[in-house]
Amino acid sequence: MLPATRERLVVIGNGMAGMRTVEELLKLDPARYDITVFGAEPHPNYDRIMLSSVLAGEKQVDDIVINPRAWYDDNDIALYAGDPAIAIDPKARTVTAQSGLTVPYDRLLLATGSRPIVPPIPGLNLPGVCAFRDIADVDTMIAAAGTYRKAVVIGGGLLGLEAAWGLKRRGMDVAVVHLMPTLMERQLDETAGKLLQRDLTERGINFFTDGQTEEVTGRERVTGIKLADGRGAPADLVVVAIGIRPDIALAKTAGLEVNRGIVVGDNMATSDPDIFAVGECAEHRGAVVGLVAPIWDMARVCAHHLAGGDELIYAAQATATRLKITGIDVYSAGQLVAGEDEDEVILRDARRSAYRKLVMRDGKVVGTVLYGDVTDGAWYFDLIRRKTDVSDIADRMILGQSATVAGGIAAGPDVASMPDDMQICGCNGVCKGTIVDTIQAKGLDNYEAVKAHTKASASCGSCAPLVRQLLAATLGIEVSGPTIPTVCKCTDHSHEDVRAQILKQKLKTQDAVRKAMAWKTADGCASCRPALNYYLLCAWPGEYADDSRSRFINERAHANIQKDGTYSVIPRMWGGTATPGEIAAIAKVAQKYDIKEIKITGGQRLGIYGVKKPDLPAVWGELTEAGLVSGHAYAKGLRTVKTCVGLEWCRFGTQDSTALGKQLERLTWGNWTPHKFKMGVSGCPRNCAEASIKDFGVVCVESGFDLLVGGNGGIELRGTDRLCHVATEAEVLEYCAAFMQLYREEARYLDRTAPWIERVGIAYVRARVVDDGAGRQALAEKFRHAQSFLQDDPWAERATGQVDATEFEPLTALV
Amino acid sequence: MTWIRICRLDDILPLGARTLPAPKGEIAVFRCADDSVFAVLNRCPHKQGPLSEGIVHGHRVACPLHSWVIDLESGEAVAPDIGCTPKIPTKVENGEVFLAVSEGRSH
Repeated sequence: MLPATRERLVVIGNGMAGMRTVEELLKLDPARYDITVFGAEPHPNYDRIMLSSVLAGEKQVDDIVINPRAWYDDNDIALYAGDPAIAIDPKARTVTAQSGLTVPYDRLLLATGSRPIVPPIPGLNLPGVCAFRDIADVDTMIAAAGTYRKAVVIGGGLLGLEAAWGLKRRGMDVAVVHLMPTLMERQLDETAGKLLQRDLTERGINFFTDGQTEEVTGRERVTGIKLADGRGAPADLVVVAIGIRPDIALAKTAGLEVNRGIVVGDNMATSDPDIFAVGECAEHRGAVVGLVAPIWDMARVCAHHLAGGDELIYAAQATATRLKITGIDVYSAGQLVAGEDEDEVILRDARRSAYRKLVMRDGKVVGTVLYGDVTDGAWYFDLIRRKTDVSDIADRMILGQSATVAGGIAAGPDVASMPDDMQICGCNGVCKGTIVDTIQAKGLDNYEAVKAHTKASASCGSCAPLVRQLLAATLGIEVSGPTIPTVCKCTDHSHEDVRAQILKQKLKTQDAVRKAMAWKTADGCASCRPALNYYLLCAWPGEYADDSRSRFINERAHANIQKDGTYSVIPRMWGGTATPGEIAAIAKVAQKYDIKEIKITGGQRLGIYGVKKPDLPAVWGELTEAGLVSGHAYAKGLRTVKTCVGLEWCRFGTQDSTALGKQLERLTWGNWTPHKFKMGVSGCPRNCAEASIKDFGVVCVESGFDLLVGGNGGIELRGTDRLCHVATEAEVLEYCAAFMQLYREEARYLDRTAPWIERVGIAYVRARVVDDGAGRQALAEKFRHAQSFLQDDPWAERATGQVDATEFEPLTALV
Repeated sequence: MTWIRICRLDDILPLGARTLPAPKGEIAVFRCADDSVFAVLNRCPHKQGPLSEGIVHGHRVACPLHSWVIDLESGEAVAPDIGCTPKIPTKVENGEVFLAVSEGRSH
């Protein structure tokens, strides 16, 4: 290879648009150029769209790198990351970087992107103020979340809301200031904007709509914001996310034609034919873009011309928007609101908090807004882009593709019926046909490989379920839908189906369920047997006999198996209290059976560890004599009720939290639930019992009790949602029973309350438990009825050999 | 090879298991839904979990520690996991369960 014969391409901007163009160019003509890249950030090329996922803690920076440094080396690209270009000399055809390095070019590509818009308000230079644009901003925000408590985000658009949600996930109190009356008004209509605001408010984000920020206050560091109408909020961190503006400074100084962006023609060349521009910095026919799909189109066209082609031209296409906030699905495309010539078709499902709208003109779809369920977004978007005449299905297409095309209700979109040229990945412009062809040609058999080869779902990731379905369909593996899981591989039925049929057909044994619902295995498997056992136990209290052979070992042995095969024994300590006699009994049993360790557990109890299985009944027998019962520390059921000392002892206590915790524990012990269930009762808002990360939490205040639900302190930290406020202890008990019963009846087996509530929405739970008084009483009554069969101490039964004797006794030894 | 009677079939609950102390390590004896009986060394090939505490389904058992599934007919782990636990021949006659012990008393 003779370097002197190669042309020199310099790229200013190491972001998504610039490197995508280089990738496309390398595909077309890998040996044509010596390539030099200048980037302002000291990082390799990364996926800027995913910064919100990094902020939310769902991804690490390494996960979002598109091309690592090795890629630059492999392709002989000289990368100057952290050394921004500061001048272009179009006459001498050179670029000069901040370090003083000057590089000559034959062709120059500008991919300088955008800069955050900085509003003209005082205080923006204070420490604690940042934008939301690059990795440095995200680092600033993550560091602030670790040290400080209050954040204000200025801007209620896509970026601002993703920033707010990420900070909320990191534990900050977050308020959003938005200039307009509804959120994301450029992408959503008023109804969807209001729904979004309501759902985010329920997740604990505060909003100041119609809010014009007048000043960011503080001296050493930011302390708050003031609005023009007199409102204000304290803040330790202020994120400015009101929009972006093309970065045209270099191009302007170099004398290129600029307007809002750097003006380019259909071939992406600027007013200098050897200088090209792509991405957010480019202005094409008066329009600048901020979404990834058109930028990929630009990259493809630009690479074609850089490689010597002269055929492809760039033409703006319709684009679709999605919001990346876990559990909140929003999708929009095209025209958002009907004008004089259009009609709107609207579907609202208040129970599931779902909303969808189609804007129709002359028998065609010209726009859509989806909130809650967005699985049909790709289908509507395809109809918009193709301008398909939909007159004959217009009356029912609002119900979605499967209902419209197949005439029935199916789960999710039907990938088999999609045309080959239907776009699956909007970000990367990948069609169904390309994905299917690639899977077949390269013999791909897993999702990661399909993503790597086709780039489908490689940017924002929202089409990943569709790509997985296409893979399954192409390989001939059956899938039953992207969002509703089946109970296990033994059946194609969902948890919801199975529970509904158990009630409808009055199925009262596992065999009856497996037979009626055409199970593929005779006696199920280790996944479905425990689930069916639970569903039947919940549906038929007092009638269905619990099947110990369908319990995991911990629930069958009423003790937790440890990694060495021994067991732990944890007696119940009501509300975390114990009598001297109970402590003495635990000490005595520990000595007698050579217990390795006694530990105070996270649930305010004493656990004894290292009990051999054959000793369990005898250990329980001694504990039972002292009045101790099983703490169900092994159960998918009520575990502990953590309490603080409350009014009895604490100078801040407002109610008797310990006594209330004991009452709750007496009410609910012995209960089986879809997964473990923990409670906490705090005597004041200082919340020493950590009620705000429990499945059901109570925070006592002077006027009564704040009830909290759906918290989780485990793998995925989730603060509770507020259920309501009640005045009396009797109400606390009734609401608790009703909430637990709703969870028992409607959550999937192995769902904690947190993911269940994320799925059904706190509004639904409130509607059932708070707003519907008669419904609440009925639920609470069902709970108490079930409890009348469940509150037998499993240890006492087994200590006396009444139940499961063979479980604990080995056979006579071989000698 | 000698057959040794170890228990009655009724001593093992359907879909249940019993353990049997033995010189070379504890043996797990399983009773499946069709009343067939299998015996394997009571150690999962993965992390030595006690297979006797797992959920029995078909002619298989799921290890209680990390849900590896062991085929009781062969002692082999079910794909994609790879591993094997020694199997001991069994027979049931007149409701009595017998275990095969080889001449060298390997069990």
